[in-house]
Amino acid sequence: MEEKSKLQILTNGIIRENPVLVLVIGTCPTLATTTSVVNGFGMGISAMAVLICSNIAISALRKVIPDSVRIPCYITVIAGFVTIVQLLVKAFSPALDQSLGLYLPLIVVNCIILGRAEMFASKNTILDSALDGIGMGLGFTLTLVVMGSIREILGSGTWLGIPILSNFIPGMSIMTLVPGGFFVYAIVMAAVHKLTKDKSTIRNEFGCDGCAMQAECTPEMKAMEGKLEGEA
Amino acid sequence: MVKYVLIIISMVLVNNYPLAQFLGICPFLGVSDKMENSIGMGIAVTFVMALATAVTWPIQQLLNRFGIGYLQTVAFILVIAALVQLCEMFMKKNMKSLYKALGIFLPLITTNCAVLGVCITNIDKNYNYAESIVNAVGAGLGFLFAMVIMAGVRTKLQDQSRIPESFRGVPIILITAAIMSLAFMGFSGMISV
Repeated sequence: MEEKSKLQILTNGIIRENPVLVLVIGTCPTLATTTSVVNGFGMGISAMAVLICSNIAISALRKVIPDSVRIPCYITVIAGFVTIVQLLVKAFSPALDQSLGLYLPLIVVNCIILGRAEMFASKNTILDSALDGIGMGLGFTLTLVVMGSIREILGSGTWLGIPILSNFIPGMSIMTLVPGGFFVYAIVMAAVHKLTKDKSTIRNEFGCDGCAMQAECTPEMKAMEGKLEGEA
Repeated sequence: MVKYVLIIISMVLVNNYPLAQFLGICPFLGVSDKMENSIGMGIAVTFVMALATAVTWPIQQLLNRFGIGYLQTVAFILVIAALVQLCEMFMKKNMKSLYKALGIFLPLITTNCAVLGVCITNIDKNYNYAESIVNAVGAGLGFLFAMVIMAGVRTKLQDQSRIPESFRGVPIILITAAIMSLAFMGFSGMISV
């Protein structure tokens, strides 16, 4: 990997390696919590807080954690921070806790966080990891806010609760329901494809990059395929 | 008995995890490119869900007993990770043919939010032990069902359609999922358990 400047690390996650739109990870919370801007923003900030803390902690512990049990160690660290965030949200913003519901504890299995721990924090210094966490978190939050805005404006005609379209046309409530989520995600992703076509950093197919279990899974998968072919 | 049947139908059709609740989307989009992969992943997820629920439900009772219910997330995810690892080791040693079919999907399941999701839902809904396990099996079957339909559609998509360039790859899969979930909305309100 070539040396990157601090600014590059910070902006990497916002556009070039946007976790949601380019790496296609963390899709469940993206779809589930963007029914309104507030929910999307709340989810983004919660995940960002966990991401920054866990990146810092894992980077600080990277020389202590033995290689063979690193994934369970990372999961423990992340789960600890998720519990902290969960309790904080419950205490200070019960309404947000209600609307995020199940997806708040599910931050722990958000591939973005484990993926960054495995791919970045375990190899880089504490400062770089914190910057990477901030960048990735911002990229995630921004995407959620954009999707939340589209779905809220079209779905209920408001933005942050301020009436925008609802005075002229009734909201298309399908946009805040499940199909609308998939649809808006597809449109936003297609727009990003179109805009960044020349730079072509977008993957057209799902691959293993970005997946946290890459190191665990890929060699085994290859060995397995080889074995199957050998027998056939 | 009727209640168990209702829970299964509700989890497969009405509250289908990928298509109505946004759980387990990553494997739903990522592994559904071939029919064999979808079936393998679906069965592996069903199996792990049932097993994880069977273990995490008593653990929650234990946590409640000591008044440390807030450790739920930490305890559950660790148990699931350990369970999946154990499962893989056991299958590798004793059930070679099953391991060949399902083994490669197991490492991916730890980070599948549907598994942790079903464990937490069972606790939130105050299901008893039997209902929890039936609920987990139903959720797994629903996931398998959605995966199989998706794989069927995607096989056709690859062969014969002319997709606009910006929509190639992931976006068209999302559009497909949107139309499928629109169809599944027809089931909503059919049963409420």
